[in-house]
Amino acid sequence: MAFDKMELRDVEVWDGNHAAAQALRQAQVDVVAAYPITPSTPIVEGYAQFKADNYVEGEFVMVESEHAAMSGCIGAAAAGGRVATATSSQGLALMVETLYQASGMRLPIILNIVNRALAAPLNVNGDHSDMYLCRDSGWIQFDAFSPQGAYDLNFIAFKVSEDHGIRLPSIINQDGFMTSHTAQGVTTITDDDAYNFVGKFKPMNDMLDFEHPVTHGVQTEEDWHFEHKARQHSDLMLKVSPKIDEVFANFEKLTGRKYSQVECYDMEDADLCVFCLGTSVETAREVATEMRAKGLKAGVVGLRVIRPFPFAQIIEALKDVKAVAILDRASPGGAPGAMYNEIAGALYNTEYSPLLSGYIYGLGGRDLTKANLVDLYNELQTNVDAGKVTTQLQQFIGVRGPKLSFL
Amino acid sequence: MAKKGWDEFEIGAMLRSFDGSIDDIAGTRQEDRTYSENNSYKASVADWRLIKPVFNKDYCIDCQFCWIYCPDVSIIARDKKMIGIDMDHCKGCGICVEVCPTNPKSLLMFPEQAEDEAEIASWPKKDEEEA
Repeated sequence: MAFDKMELRDVEVWDGNHAAAQALRQAQVDVVAAYPITPSTPIVEGYAQFKADNYVEGEFVMVESEHAAMSGCIGAAAAGGRVATATSSQGLALMVETLYQASGMRLPIILNIVNRALAAPLNVNGDHSDMYLCRDSGWIQFDAFSPQGAYDLNFIAFKVSEDHGIRLPSIINQDGFMTSHTAQGVTTITDDDAYNFVGKFKPMNDMLDFEHPVTHGVQTEEDWHFEHKARQHSDLMLKVSPKIDEVFANFEKLTGRKYSQVECYDMEDADLCVFCLGTSVETAREVATEMRAKGLKAGVVGLRVIRPFPFAQIIEALKDVKAVAILDRASPGGAPGAMYNEIAGALYNTEYSPLLSGYIYGLGGRDLTKANLVDLYNELQTNVDAGKVTTQLQQFIGVRGPKLSFL
Repeated sequence: MAKKGWDEFEIGAMLRSFDGSIDDIAGTRQEDRTYSENNSYKASVADWRLIKPVFNKDYCIDCQFCWIYCPDVSIIARDKKMIGIDMDHCKGCGICVEVCPTNPKSLLMFPEQAEDEAEIASWPKKDEEEA
């Protein structure tokens, strides 16, 4: 069965959802099992449309829940196909049980998560609560800051995940609405170049290999379970990071677009650093440039690879900085922010001790304004001048009512 | 099975059924198949059985009902003759006894510790009323 190729302009005006859907088409995904949820719906809807219009050769499986969606993906991946899906928020919450199955079974599924707040109260807008919900699920996790990232990282994720030395599933995060529904110029790759980059899917231990029957999803108790988890963690810690660097380098050769696990902006001589994820990275970069004009040595670090956590690269990026604001876009539920804890953990046993302050912001789609970030850089400079963190360690930005801070 | 370290087995929650590749597995008898050490065929998975079926061939008519109904493929039949029970895989569910049509039954359930020969020697007689 032949399928049609699509002529793309060099630069298309796409939102993050359409960019991800186009990437799934160009990678010629074999199976998408999906249950639609705002704001990720157009990704799987897009794949279904491409399939209906004969632009992709594959199967779209309509299921009754997100739990079933990932379960269908697991079955298809174990059978030996290239598999992807998308979800958000409550859907991801229902899917979480199966995420651990997918990574433990070492199935290279690609999941686009369009980040959205978790109820209650019910909210369809972007924050990173769902991103953090599957933080420890054993998946490789990328973060797009824009539609271009959502497009490019899909190809990169397939290439990393499907490598027979890796065989771990990947999540590509993008911000709900701010990325997923905001159209921007996306520099495209031709159908042939994109498919050649990802390559033909190479099955491994697939159930459709009838000469070598396998049982997937076995049970282990105290005698074997620990060894399986140790192997998975070891591969995440040791093998994935070099593979990602290799794929980033090959992607740069193809497209000229350079990705890094830790994206540094004006960090060479920076005293002040804002550390954040998602669309906030681009806003922070703009403000950092403006703060430079005012004489503050401002920089931005954005996290491109959330898992495996790029421990060494984080230390390298922050070693000469005097103060770091770590922004967490999720309610931390009775603790310092997740990223605050991780950065503090990375730096603690080093000789470097920049002043770390944590900020909770943007919950349920609340804007992080440029004015917020100007205040933030000024506060970091105040900390540097005082030689200590002058505020409490955890502050809330942009919430109405009396100032909220802890620790 | 030797207890391997975390770096000594294939990745994934995945087990191979056979060593090497297979061909015509349906036409190959279980004892002739190249089952891997991981296959449950090589393991006893019957240690929680409390009652067991005992087979009395004197009454068996080789109807194959037990072979068809056994949910654990534990009835051993060759050339359509019932020859015994795979006690490493039988869970003692009693379905074989339930479906056995002979009078008296050719399969009956006994406590796990019962002696097969003694039970066969004192096998129930034909039930005349039922006949």
